[in-house]
Amino acid sequence: MQSLLRVNDLSIGFGSNKPTVDRVSFTVNAGETLALVGESGSGKTLSCRAILRILPSSAQIRSGEIVLNCGGNDIDLAKLGERKLRSIRGDRVSMIFQEPMRSLSPLHRIGDQVGEVLKLHRNSSESVAKREVLAEFERVGFNDPERTYCAYPFELSGGMQQRAMIAMATVAKPELLIADEPTTALDMTTQAQVLGLLKKLQAESGMALILVTHDLGVVANMADQVVVMNKGRVMEAGSSDLVLGSPAHPYTRKLFAAAPVIPEFVDPAAQPRQSDIILSLRDVSKTYGVRQGSAWSPGTTIQAVNGVNLDVPRGKVVAIVGESGSGKSTCARIALGAESSDAGGQVLFKESPQADAIEVQSLNPMDRCDFQRKAQMVFQDPHSSLSPRMQIVDALTEPLDIHGIGTPAERRDRAIELLEQVGLDPSMLRRYPHAFSGGQRQRLSIARALALRPRLLVCDEPTSALDVSVQAQILDLLEDIRDRLQLSYLFISHDLAVVARIADEVAVMRRGRIIEQAPPELLLANPRHPYTQALIAAHPEPDIHRPIDLETVAMGAGEPDTWPDAFRYTDGAAPPLKQFESNHLVRTHA
Amino acid sequence: MDILKFAVRRVATMMLTLLLVSALIFLIINLPPGDYLSNQIAELRSTGQESGVAKAEFLRHEYALDRSLPEQYLIWLGVWPGPHGFSGILQGDFGWSFEFNKPVSEVVGSALWMTIMVNLVAVLFVYLVALPLGVLAAARSRTWVDYVTSFVGYLGLATPNFLLALILFYYGNKYFNLPIGGLMASEFEGQPMSLDKIKSVLLHLIVPTFVIGTAGAAAMMQRLRANMLDELNKPYVTTAWAKGVPPAKLLTKYPLRVAFNPFVADIGNLIPSLISGSVLVSVVLGLQTIGPALLAALKSQDQFLAGFVLLFVAALTLIGTMVSDLLLVLLDPRIRFGARER
Repeated sequence: MQSLLRVNDLSIGFGSNKPTVDRVSFTVNAGETLALVGESGSGKTLSCRAILRILPSSAQIRSGEIVLNCGGNDIDLAKLGERKLRSIRGDRVSMIFQEPMRSLSPLHRIGDQVGEVLKLHRNSSESVAKREVLAEFERVGFNDPERTYCAYPFELSGGMQQRAMIAMATVAKPELLIADEPTTALDMTTQAQVLGLLKKLQAESGMALILVTHDLGVVANMADQVVVMNKGRVMEAGSSDLVLGSPAHPYTRKLFAAAPVIPEFVDPAAQPRQSDIILSLRDVSKTYGVRQGSAWSPGTTIQAVNGVNLDVPRGKVVAIVGESGSGKSTCARIALGAESSDAGGQVLFKESPQADAIEVQSLNPMDRCDFQRKAQMVFQDPHSSLSPRMQIVDALTEPLDIHGIGTPAERRDRAIELLEQVGLDPSMLRRYPHAFSGGQRQRLSIARALALRPRLLVCDEPTSALDVSVQAQILDLLEDIRDRLQLSYLFISHDLAVVARIADEVAVMRRGRIIEQAPPELLLANPRHPYTQALIAAHPEPDIHRPIDLETVAMGAGEPDTWPDAFRYTDGAAPPLKQFESNHLVRTHA
Repeated sequence: MDILKFAVRRVATMMLTLLLVSALIFLIINLPPGDYLSNQIAELRSTGQESGVAKAEFLRHEYALDRSLPEQYLIWLGVWPGPHGFSGILQGDFGWSFEFNKPVSEVVGSALWMTIMVNLVAVLFVYLVALPLGVLAAARSRTWVDYVTSFVGYLGLATPNFLLALILFYYGNKYFNLPIGGLMASEFEGQPMSLDKIKSVLLHLIVPTFVIGTAGAAAMMQRLRANMLDELNKPYVTTAWAKGVPPAKLLTKYPLRVAFNPFVADIGNLIPSLISGSVLVSVVLGLQTIGPALLAALKSQDQFLAGFVLLFVAALTLIGTMVSDLLLVLLDPRIRFGARER
């Protein structure tokens, strides 16, 4: 087969440091998909940016060649002059990025940004460009291309923004599309649809695709060829059925072991419900005013959470699963009293089986302070949830300091104990957060949450900012300390595979409502709600024989009024949660 | 349509603000005990010139200074009948300047237009200098271009205006034969507008514009540079880069548009600082702007003159803010949509 792009012995470095990308080689054939797989810091993004030479100004290509086959002629992009390179960027080779919102200019209409490609490379007139852009919008799945043409990026959802980016990258019919983590910032069902779109476009136009990703599931669904990278070097390369079917390199095997998989449960046994409840959400709702009302026009409100009932049994992990905008994080904040529920909602907390339940939503300041010692939160992004100006010892002892517990010496001892509990070396006490990796920082923020010896931890997406291999370790740690310290978790996540591993009970939320709730083995073996089915179907499995089922995704991933009759909301009123088996709740009319 | 509605609402709130400001100005001017006339009466009495006292008493009554403060304020505004019926700012009667013994409108008259012109030219100067230099300094950051523009900018910021004025006058006159002082050659004063007069005014404006505008331009250039540097690292710039947009267009179409917002928003802030900054400069340079008149009026508690000048400056500021708000709405769809929602 004709190779379209050959990268030979590419090395890229910053300043005089040793190369960050070290003698990387790969080949992309026309019409094929090559996946560059690796964790953060593996050099995969730098390598693919080097193809278009859009590297940070401090990075230089040290050696190697990047040969693009242009209609029979070989061109070395690594040495091509800037002017000629510009005529290749966006025309023969184009690129899409991770965060569509930030990758589109907020001040220009979508149509203008997409049409610019044609004006630059084809010298198209305004009207010709518009016609082609509208056709491309239709191809990438916009229902109303005219409206999209005039829209600004912030008027579109994340998935639609990424479609606009894809339209921008494909409108000039490139021979190669480089997609740098194109679905990482998207919801699971949206990811499935965007991946499906990329495949469809590729089949129609015959363009080649370089897909940069950390997700082996995405690789299994998309790639013909796979290159596994680690610390700037290629670990393993080959066709995807070989690399994924029988990984040869230990690093690849390690990645596989860590990849989150939705397990296949067979014949789950129903378990009796536990009666000792540590935290209980009763009829919790939250309405936000979006626009201020005035005397003439009523304000617009959004119901972020709508009548949620959820119990966390003592010593168990209850997970709320949902995509962005489902209200899961609002639930977490209400559970901790960090946000007030609408009138009528109740949050009850029982410190011990014998204690009286306290009502979290109506605590006086004294009791609130007391409650905060017993319920703590672990945040999503360990990079922004630790102050960069505080030494670790200060970050860990601050909660004790605030609550006036112990002498300075005792607090210090407690900090050392905490570090040991989360598997870090006590000699790191005097360091600052920047000296730690993402996984270590998340350990630190867990340690900080444990400082006051809480009974309940609310974990808000604690692993979604981490690499997969680190994610597995953090989940291990959370399971370990739950058992050792007899903690209970309210666990918020968007990832069913993560939840399947750690949770004892899962509630799936969509648009503020719980639509299905069951223990994970029951939920995953026998999902009844179309949205749950879509979530499961959308999860990319690292197995090329289990591709994403786009039909199931399309069936359930839409708005509630697109669901099948038995689940549809009539006039905005949702069907009730019905009980199936002893502990399986589904929101349905049937 | 939405923009029109926004503009109408914005003008309405501006009027309201102006009303509030006028009350504040009136209150503050009247905070020190006494007024121009009672001071004069006291002085006349102490020197035994009883004959003048009657005249001053007459003026006090004539300008309603013997009434209560709120009443005085309303008469000044023109919504309350004074000794001569409704006659205040709303009717175009700005009052009497005791210091100059002329109606206020005559005192400030031509100076008003000169002030507007000098400041408009200074604002233009600030923008014309800051825009290209700021963009250039950001695009070529950490090169000699950046260092030289920053150095000149800081020099402009750090040099006292009056000193800069004197230096420029001296050397401007010595080497370029630029005129010293005033806003036009003396033979044109009081003459009707003519081509020669305009030429003379423009020639006289060179040094004052430079002096008044340098500090503002330097500050704005630094702000634009910082904003641009922030924007240059944003992913949407990388997107445009990967599209094959040529460098100059890449810079002006994308990051500059975003970095432009604070630049536009500064119009409103620029005017008061320029005017108050230019009072001293006007005195030094002998410009016939309202700056010197304001200084004199404030010193002698010439309340109608001071009140009018302050109100005028406030109005200019508010208009500047409104213009920048409207421009922002036109420039930035995010603000436009936000405005529609409210």
